Amino acid sequence: MFRFERLARMRAAMTVFLAAALWLPALALAQEAPDAVVKRVATDVVNTIKSDPAIQAGNEARIREVLEVKLLPNFDFTRMTALAMGKNWRTATPEQQKRVADEFRALLVRTYSGALNNYRNETIDYKPLRMNPADTDVTVRTLVMKAAGSPIQIDYSMAKTPEGWKAYDVIVGGVSLVTNYRDEFNDQIKAGGVDGLIKTLSDRNKGVAAK
Amino acid sequence: MFAVMLVAGCATGPKANPDDPLEPMNRALYDVHDAVDTAVVRPVAQAYVDVVPQPIRQAVSNVFNNIQDLFSGVNGVLQGKLDKAGDDFGRVVLNTGFGLGGIFDLASMMGIERGNEDFGQTFGVWGIPQGPYLFVPLFGPTTVRDGAGVAVRFVWGPAQYLNEEALRLSLYGLTYIDLRADALSASGLVDTAALDRYTFIRNAYLQRRRYLVYDGKPPPEKEE
Repeated sequence: MFRFERLARMRAAMTVFLAAALWLPALALAQEAPDAVVKRVATDVVNTIKSDPAIQAGNEARIREVLEVKLLPNFDFTRMTALAMGKNWRTATPEQQKRVADEFRALLVRTYSGALNNYRNETIDYKPLRMNPADTDVTVRTLVMKAAGSPIQIDYSMAKTPEGWKAYDVIVGGVSLVTNYRDEFNDQIKAGGVDGLIKTLSDRNKGVAAK
Repeated sequence: MFAVMLVAGCATGPKANPDDPLEPMNRALYDVHDAVDTAVVRPVAQAYVDVVPQPIRQAVSNVFNNIQDLFSGVNGVLQGKLDKAGDDFGRVVLNTGFGLGGIFDLASMMGIERGNEDFGQTFGVWGIPQGPYLFVPLFGPTTVRDGAGVAVRFVWGPAQYLNEEALRLSLYGLTYIDLRADALSASGLVDTAALDRYTFIRNAYLQRRRYLVYDGKPPPEKEE
């Protein structure tokens, strides 16, 4: 009897301990600084790509899986899509907004996995971030050093969300992804409405070539 | 013929972009470019990458970059960026002398970055407006301002002083293929990412040039 009681107490203690162990990192992550998020995620993705034999053999499905699990949770695709759609975002229905965001996300995953397939031992230099504790929108600057050729500046626009800092734009060598898609989205919407944009995005994701 | 296309190009369509008033003409020229690129230029550049070993291709790029650095230094001076120009001239001296005529990019290994300035950027820094966007077949995206910059660069280019016609033409050819080969992965990316390749390339080009004119610190653009 005595032993059962002790066991029950121990189990209760264990439960509390486990819950704490599971919660603490979550709390710590929520407070993680934006530049620390970029560094942690980039290091993790790069290390996985370097060490995964399937990816080294050129398995793009596996790259996508890694991106899905490690990279994408750190992006705010709704915000990204809203910015790329501009004033058309407000006139779209919630279902349309969701479909555009989902297709846009899939397109970026395809693009990213293709680019990472060309990854060759680049190293990333993280620029120091100057921010005030009250800031809710910052730009994290990195420099990707290639074995040969000029380094490429890659900046991440990040906003504070309840789930931690999330990127809403990537700026590669001065070319903002969101800005680049703004005209394209606008043209598609002018030609065929939001549904036209959804169709074009989904065609591209099915591998139908662009003009 | 060019005049006719220019007039035809002036018609503003529903997609009118203030930076690209000649869009209909540019799109037609882009289609020509794309057809030639797909049929000839891209396969040749790909063959060059497949056949010529990487160290040799790197050496070729380095030699051309060394000449480019000299012009970058000149443009640094023209823009009053003397520190940057000093780095570029230092690079040229180092790479030409110790890097065997620029075959080895010792300066980059020592951490001296390339200035990456050109006449188009200088004109921009001087306050000359970029003018309409242009798509030139076999050359690619440009603007009136950047095109003028390339023309200045071309007239002053060292290959102009070569008397041997065949050698000069082969050098131009090699520069061209070297540049196209460098851009192979970028064009692969455009193929995946773009909804409309013409618009995608134009927007990326204009953003990139703006960023370069402001040396990586462009003022924020006005939101709609």
